[in-house]
Amino acid sequence: MTLAPSSIPHRDSLSKAVGAERFSTDFSPPGCLWAGARRAGEPHARIKAVHTAEARAVEGVTAVLTGADVPGSNLQGIIHKDQPVLATDTVRHAGDAVALVVAESREALARALSRIRIELEPLPGVFDPELALKPGAPLVHPGREGGNLLSRGLVEKGDAPGAFAGCDVVVEGRYETPMQEHAFLEPPNGTARTTPGGGVEMVVSTQAPFRDRFEIGHALGLDPMRIRVRAPYLGGGFGGKDGATVQCLLALAALHCGGRWVKMCWSREETFLAGYKRHAARMRVRLGAARDGELKALDCSMHFDSGPYAHLTVEIMALALEHAGGPYSIPHTRIEGFCAYTNNPVGGAFRGFGVVQASFAIERSMDALAARLGMDPGELRLKNALRMGDANCAGVAVESPSGVTQCLEAVMAHPAWAERAAWKAGAPAFKHRGVGIAASLNAMGYGRGLPDSAAAKLELTRAGTFRIFNSVPDMGQGNAAAFVRMAATALNQDPAVFELVQPDTRLCLPAGSSSASRTTYTYGNALLKACEAMHAKLKARAALFLLADEPDRLRLAPGAVVDEATGRSVPLSMIGAMLSRDDRICVDQFAMPVVENPPDTGKEFRLGFPHRYFSHGACVCAVEADELTGQVELKSCVTAVECGRVFDALGVERQIQGAAAQGAGFALLENLAVDGGRILAGGLDTYLIPTSLDLPGLECLAVDGDEPTGPHGLKGMGEVGVHGPAPAVAQALQDAVGLAVRRVPVEPEDVLRALRGEKA
Amino acid sequence: MREDITVTFTLNGAQVSIETSPGRRVLDLLREDLGLPAAKEGCGSGECGACAILVDGVARLSCLMLAAQLEGREVVTAEGLGTCENPHPIQAAFAASGAVQCGYCTPGMTVAASELLARNPSPDRCEVREAVSGNLCRCTGYVKIVDAVMDAAEAMRGGDS
Repeated sequence: MTLAPSSIPHRDSLSKAVGAERFSTDFSPPGCLWAGARRAGEPHARIKAVHTAEARAVEGVTAVLTGADVPGSNLQGIIHKDQPVLATDTVRHAGDAVALVVAESREALARALSRIRIELEPLPGVFDPELALKPGAPLVHPGREGGNLLSRGLVEKGDAPGAFAGCDVVVEGRYETPMQEHAFLEPPNGTARTTPGGGVEMVVSTQAPFRDRFEIGHALGLDPMRIRVRAPYLGGGFGGKDGATVQCLLALAALHCGGRWVKMCWSREETFLAGYKRHAARMRVRLGAARDGELKALDCSMHFDSGPYAHLTVEIMALALEHAGGPYSIPHTRIEGFCAYTNNPVGGAFRGFGVVQASFAIERSMDALAARLGMDPGELRLKNALRMGDANCAGVAVESPSGVTQCLEAVMAHPAWAERAAWKAGAPAFKHRGVGIAASLNAMGYGRGLPDSAAAKLELTRAGTFRIFNSVPDMGQGNAAAFVRMAATALNQDPAVFELVQPDTRLCLPAGSSSASRTTYTYGNALLKACEAMHAKLKARAALFLLADEPDRLRLAPGAVVDEATGRSVPLSMIGAMLSRDDRICVDQFAMPVVENPPDTGKEFRLGFPHRYFSHGACVCAVEADELTGQVELKSCVTAVECGRVFDALGVERQIQGAAAQGAGFALLENLAVDGGRILAGGLDTYLIPTSLDLPGLECLAVDGDEPTGPHGLKGMGEVGVHGPAPAVAQALQDAVGLAVRRVPVEPEDVLRALRGEKA
Repeated sequence: MREDITVTFTLNGAQVSIETSPGRRVLDLLREDLGLPAAKEGCGSGECGACAILVDGVARLSCLMLAAQLEGREVVTAEGLGTCENPHPIQAAFAASGAVQCGYCTPGMTVAASELLARNPSPDRCEVREAVSGNLCRCTGYVKIVDAVMDAAEAMRGGDS
């Protein structure tokens, strides 16, 4: 079914469209100071000296700080704390901050930053995640136990090594995916000041305001509970604002501003240099099957390039291992992962969180298998799709309805797939056409070991309207609007009577980050519970007015509580005016259920393994390759998703189209070229993301499911749509020009080589 | 350092005279000195289009313009197109069609779209794609944006098609 547009636009859409919505970058208090970091520029070096005198002498400069000025541990990191706020003795990647300047104006700031002289003694670097693990490789953190091996993980089920002997067909391949830049349009930024009581308050573009307090507190030795973080709507995030960007630097600057506001806004180039990237990965896959295509065994190893700091690399690798078998039933698996420290840019969260890499490798392997067996690649996927009760590649049984079959059936019935032969036959002169298919799944939430929880607060105002205290930032995915719709539905009120307070650690209750396709599910469940409490309260309090000794017989109507038995009603404004503030507030919480009997594998992963809930997807891409230029044009991209019950059809469609667009960029355009630790494509002029001319009408089909534990039966779906395009485009190019795609983005040169019959 | 100059121009329908450094970027002049933050900075180098404004009816990138270039010109920002209470049909269509996700690119997109519709009230989808191709959006995949501009065009023509 093609989604019908929903009739209710997202409530923030209009304020954003007219330019009235205030992002954190629009928050510029009068008299605001400016802070900026001086970056190392060298990927690996010993810091011999940082000369700041000339910078201090610049008119308008109020502070110049170096590592020696950082109180506390000077270490940032969400789980593994190994990234200095300001590097003190060693530079480990070109984007390391070495000094921090505060000035009265941006002009003075720029002048001062250019006058800081850093004396560096270059050290040999390591830039390849496999070479980093070889004996004798330069060490990113000398003296560290384990050398450059940040972490190794193993996920096993059955007896994969033994099972290959019984396979009729075994395919083997090596695959590679690059770093990817989030390229959110609003650069990392924020504004901060110290408060008279010795605290710090901050307005920042962040996906995790509640967690930021602890990261800042740890790094700077501050009491986290005296740090207040406010997160207005974000101008995009996609994972790149999950973890400190400006936060610790900004708080450090604020400590030297005597209570004045100080603002930090990274330039686009600084964002490329210092921001987190999707991890580059190398993957080797062996996949074995019976002659009829039934999968038997998977042996896979993956290397992730962490860059010099752990950030979320271990957790991302855990998710990659958990998804290495794709949405397929494979009885015997052995999946091993390594993350290595290098002197490349820092790897981090990005929509799809390790699953993008794993998905490319397993889907390409499925294509290789289909080719060897002479099977239709769609049919091979359908035959092996995970069904209710099957164990996934990590040994966890699928317990919620699995939509991968329905998603595959939906895209295979679409003309883009069903009528591909005729379409291909109609290729114009000098063009080669091909069509590819892929399936995917994506876990929802944090997984076992890390409570995925949220607490919601709902207030009846004195005027009889409602105020929702949103705890989870909205980076554009539309959760804020979904919360209003949920509460309005639950309380039978017009959505217009709901005010939505954006995340503020002082006003709102704690919740996890805006990430992991969890926000609407987890906070939505908490909010619905708070709404239930509000519902009961409103009836109980109205009963006093209505002299109804059975509150249950009352009913909530828009703006009032009604007693059908007597025909009388009491307006919510009257109830609001009567109640004390305490009594006008309802709070509740929710924690996502976890796998009850986790399989005896993946022991290395203390946090986030395994997952219980998954969303599913399938994707068909049609491409046209030009035999003269090698250029590849994506002609159509159809994505089907199963994300539980569709609560907001427009919301699902926009998220899936956006995810597919990022997947299409990953497949064909986005090449974050790095040489010797230096980013070569370090701006939007050289790092190309899709424009309106690069994308066809991305189409979204939603398979209606039902997740009994989800609010209104829904599941998270922010990520599942990103996985399809890279493998589907790869298969389409194999179909079109015989190119065996093993890495993305596919370059025109690859296509031309394939057309000349050369090996990729 | 050069001395400040006085620049006089029309901004969203009102006459403005402001003393500023001749080298000040128009983007900063609008956002910081004139309190109009709808134009956003995404790249600062003319690649993303988030800072687009109309100058004499033509969509221009305010991060690449200097204050002195505004002398005598007519400038319209997204704030000048419409407000929440009285949105421009393009802004209303963006909100209604789901063309807005994070919304950071949206003011620039609506400015580019308004230039298109002023010179071509009946564009086809290809012409819309061409017109907004200088404005990057990382959230939507552009489908809803093109839908919104087509809807706005229809609404501005008075509902004919």
